[in-house]
Amino acid sequence: MTLTEEPRTTETAQPEIGRARRRKEDARLITGRTTWTDNMVLPGMLHLSIVRSPVAHARIGSVDVSAAREAPGVVAVYSGRDFAEEQGSLPCAWPVTPDMVNPGHPSIAVEEVNHVGEAVAVIVARSKAAAADAVELVDVDYAVLPPVLDMEQASTQDTDLCHAHLESNTSFHFVFDAGDAGTGGDTDEAFSGADVVVSRRFVNQRLIPAFMEPRSVVVQPQGDNYTMWSATQIPHILRVMLAMVTGVPEHKLRVIAPDVGGGFGGKLQVTPEEVLALLVARRLGKPVKYTETRSESLMSAHHGRDQIQYVDVAADREGNVKGLRVRLLADMGAYLRLITPGTPALGAFMYPAIYKFPAYRFELKGIFTNKTPTDAYRGAGRPEATFAIERIMDELAVELGMDPLELRRKNWIKHDEFPFTMVAGLEYDSGNYEAATARALELIGYDELRAEQQRRRESGDPVQLGIGFSTFTEMCGIAPSRVLGSLSFGSGGWEHASIRMLPTGKVEVVTGATPHGQGHETAWSQLVADKLGVPFEDVEVLHGDTSISPKGLDTYGSRSLVVGGTAVVKAADKVVAKARKVAAHLLEASEDDLEFEGGKFSVRGTPGTGLSIQEVALAIFAAHNYPEDVEPSIDADATFDPVNFSFPHGTHICAMEVDTETGMVKIRKYACVDDVGTIVNPLIVEGQIHGGLAQGIAQALYEEAVYDADGNLTTGSFVDYLVPSAADLPHFDTDNTVTPSTSNPMGSKGVGEAGTIASTPAVVNAALDAVRHLGVTDIRMPLTPERVWRALQTGGDGGDRAAAGTTAYGGASTESTTGVSTPASNPGGIS
Amino acid sequence: MIPAAFAYARPTTVEEALQAIADGGEDVKVMAGGQSLIPVMRLRMAAPETVVDLVSVSEMRGVRDDGDALVVGAMTTHHDVLVDPLIAEHAPLLVQATETVADRQVRARGTFGGALAHADPAGDLAAVALALDAEMVIAGSGGRRTVPAADFFVDYLTTCLEEGELLVEVRIPKLRGEWGVRYEKFNRVAQAWSIVAVAAAVRRENGHIAEARIGLTNMGSTPLRAQATEAALAGADASAAAIAAAAERAAEGTSPTSDLNAQADYREHLARVLTRRAVSAAAGL
Ligand SMILES: Cc1cc2nc3c(=O)[nH]c(=O)nc-3n(C[C@H](O)[C@H](O)[C@H](O)COP(=O)(O)OP(=O)(O)OC[C@H]3O[C@@H](n4cnc5c(N)ncnc54)[C@H](O)[C@@H]3O)c2cc1C
Repeated sequence: MTLTEEPRTTETAQPEIGRARRRKEDARLITGRTTWTDNMVLPGMLHLSIVRSPVAHARIGSVDVSAAREAPGVVAVYSGRDFAEEQGSLPCAWPVTPDMVNPGHPSIAVEEVNHVGEAVAVIVARSKAAAADAVELVDVDYAVLPPVLDMEQASTQDTDLCHAHLESNTSFHFVFDAGDAGTGGDTDEAFSGADVVVSRRFVNQRLIPAFMEPRSVVVQPQGDNYTMWSATQIPHILRVMLAMVTGVPEHKLRVIAPDVGGGFGGKLQVTPEEVLALLVARRLGKPVKYTETRSESLMSAHHGRDQIQYVDVAADREGNVKGLRVRLLADMGAYLRLITPGTPALGAFMYPAIYKFPAYRFELKGIFTNKTPTDAYRGAGRPEATFAIERIMDELAVELGMDPLELRRKNWIKHDEFPFTMVAGLEYDSGNYEAATARALELIGYDELRAEQQRRRESGDPVQLGIGFSTFTEMCGIAPSRVLGSLSFGSGGWEHASIRMLPTGKVEVVTGATPHGQGHETAWSQLVADKLGVPFEDVEVLHGDTSISPKGLDTYGSRSLVVGGTAVVKAADKVVAKARKVAAHLLEASEDDLEFEGGKFSVRGTPGTGLSIQEVALAIFAAHNYPEDVEPSIDADATFDPVNFSFPHGTHICAMEVDTETGMVKIRKYACVDDVGTIVNPLIVEGQIHGGLAQGIAQALYEEAVYDADGNLTTGSFVDYLVPSAADLPHFDTDNTVTPSTSNPMGSKGVGEAGTIASTPAVVNAALDAVRHLGVTDIRMPLTPERVWRALQTGGDGGDRAAAGTTAYGGASTESTTGVSTPASNPGGIS
Repeated sequence: MIPAAFAYARPTTVEEALQAIADGGEDVKVMAGGQSLIPVMRLRMAAPETVVDLVSVSEMRGVRDDGDALVVGAMTTHHDVLVDPLIAEHAPLLVQATETVADRQVRARGTFGGALAHADPAGDLAAVALALDAEMVIAGSGGRRTVPAADFFVDYLTTCLEEGELLVEVRIPKLRGEWGVRYEKFNRVAQAWSIVAVAAAVRRENGHIAEARIGLTNMGSTPLRAQATEAALAGADASAAAIAAAAERAAEGTSPTSDLNAQADYREHLARVLTRRAVSAAAGL
């Protein structure tokens, strides 16, 4: 046999799964030569700008739009009253308790504004500039009400109300008690009998998702049909919800998420702006576009986290944990958005983490304040839970005088104990915490670092060194529909895929999981190339358009590969099965005698015969000759609904230098070993881990949404809302162990949230480990140098930051707050 | 984030620029690199009637040797400062500080003169100009005048520039003798403004500190000199103990603000620590 005899399909001999392919979508995403929503220009398109409330809490008197209406280029101006009848309420799809109080969420305020940045009027103009110019011409009369800003205070009797028509600021009280659920013992008993109880109050600060591409929406009416392009994570869910909210029938609505530049949960939403764009387009019968500014994005797109966590842990003297009790206050902000209440509630199942707690109780109160609503942000409930448990494990270790890793080892689930039903009732399918931890210790050079720490302590070095751990797990692959139903989640968790074999043998894969930067096109192509034995380059992945990809539940909760990817694999299996019938017919052989390898059907024992699946695609397109009992198609689709979540885990170790003179902290080394099961593309996995680490470290060290005493967002620009860049982050030493998941056929586990969930407590634990011997027991996030310094000076957790923004750009906090501050708000620190 | 409409002029000489300002109406803003001006216009905190863009005024760009002093054109960009051999030789403190300004993109457009005229106390270059006893050459309809840095910075975002005047160049006296310099900047992320920074130039003579000049960034509404520390260092031993004792006085006479990054007492503390570090490094310790 000579080389030329063999067609060059040998390339497929190397399996695609496991290959570190560069992402095929990146060239167009990075160069911007693609369709971002804001790039869209439609004939006759009008532009919207939104007048936003500069006050946190007020009754709206008159809204005078007459001057704005007269402005050049302005076509129409609407206030909330113009849409009061038809706007409905933005949906909340996760009523976590039957008696949850939902005040309703207008897209544009009618009677009352409840946070700075809430829409009060919308301007429609012929150009974007004309729309922007008219904003300041709208005159709104606000009767200011006292703002409710402090969550703890707001949860008591002694408080003003965020919504006057409600009885309290509490939206719901959600309880999970393992004793009552039958998954654990009695918590009170566990605590009363314990040798040691450690209690802490942690503040999980408010964050802003800060995706790279601001939100943007275009709506085109065509008769009674509407097409919406939106920079959203969830075109499918958005379509259903918009139909329910606005009354535009679902089949008259097409939603397209073109290329979308990041989301992190921040675009897992039905936004006021999307609803307004649809209402205006319907009212005027013209295409409209709205694109937010960065300032608008920071103050009005939903925020994340913002919980106060009261955590108690009980143990015996030997360090065996006996019970865990968590009480949470979660700041809903002013309204309930799509999954606002579910975000902290999801955490309920994650506080016990990888440890064998015999007893567990979780209580959560959702509190309204006059701030931007909170909702999903990378990890959504699980980073908060992981932070609390990994922090309190360190506190318990200190109390017991034990090594923090030893305490973890003593209590975690051993690799031979899987599958393991933990105290909150989840069945962890697989894992190996010992292996990941051993590898992480090796990567970071643990013993050397401990020796250096010792030296620095002994010499009283102004720069101290600390080492912090986080041995995390998470539940992801947001999925089992029945389980989601039992949690009152508004939808299922299945995912859909279809595969179309084109006449030339090329393959179109349609996925319901909508990417917004994750690399689905590359990973799905790898899956299909392996399954069908076609070249990687011959696969095109289609997504994000409800007309092209009619069924799907989109991308969030680290679900795309484990749920959506599995659907793709199952659809590919069906394609092969169908093609096999046709190939057998064409090869005049029995199906049972065919083998399928490298994309080719051949008759066993008859070398030289064969038909590639791509040839079968052409044959079935022509359909001149195919079996009697089949349809002339080898296309297939599949819907996958797994029976369990997936449970990635990992060990993260941070080594931190703390300059005790200035309070500056600096990550010296960071190593992590994540177990995400079978890896389809190691480069994508590493990228997800790196990005996740950056976000988790950012919570620990940099980011915080700060409001002043009037409810103005002082971190209203990237000058004050500090998002770190590559220059601020250390080198990451990453590796993986592979313990395949048993809940999907690929054995993969979600990776999208891992880095973010795991890293935050490792970083804080490391900083505390560096200075604990100097009397520091806690430092509130983010660990600003000032907080670290204050904790070193006076104990405590470093305290509140001053609420004034820095003076850059004249100290503007937000576009809307300039000129309307009161003495208490003092924007920019200029008195 | 679209600025309000404005008229635009692009003169090519200082004379034309002054005329364009005079003709520009009620509210005229000159634009250098636009790195501070354009953001405030986009936030609509400034809405000038006319913007006079200095980008084509080539006589305001570049560095020349004028005997005892360097003359740096106001329109010289941060990037040009960083690669200029004369500045590297005679004003290395300016190089050190400019390296810490923002990021590559901002340094490619932002200018030395624009940064000084903007007079943001958190900006890094004003304290350096003050520490180096620079002089500002100002052109107006009545001709040119020269103002020492100490009189140039008047208040928060305010200089002694009158309406219709331009900062055309900055004279920086060359350091003669055995000088060491250090710009010690404290910020939370790489591209941010200073929370506090200290610009130190120290002249050593026979194991002693003959003279120290110390500029403070963001310790008040203008850049300041740490006068008490300077006085304590004059003639002091070049020893760690002497420097530490003198640095304890670095916050005297300052009045820093409180903001998200630092409250006033913490800024005062930082000024002391950073002054000790900057002076020690400049003194070669
Ligand atoms: C992201 C970012 C980060 C930054 N970080 C830092 C930092 O770390 N440290 C730092 O020091 N700076 C920082 N800056 C500011 C930067 O240094 C600017 O370049 C500088 O402040 C202004 O210079 P400019 O040439 O852009 O001036 P412009 O923005 O064009 O002008 C600023 C002001 O000065 C006036 N002006 C300009 N030139 C003249 C003149 N010749 N005569 C009279 N008036 C004049 C203008 O009218 C305007 O009021 C940062 C800026 C950005 C955007």
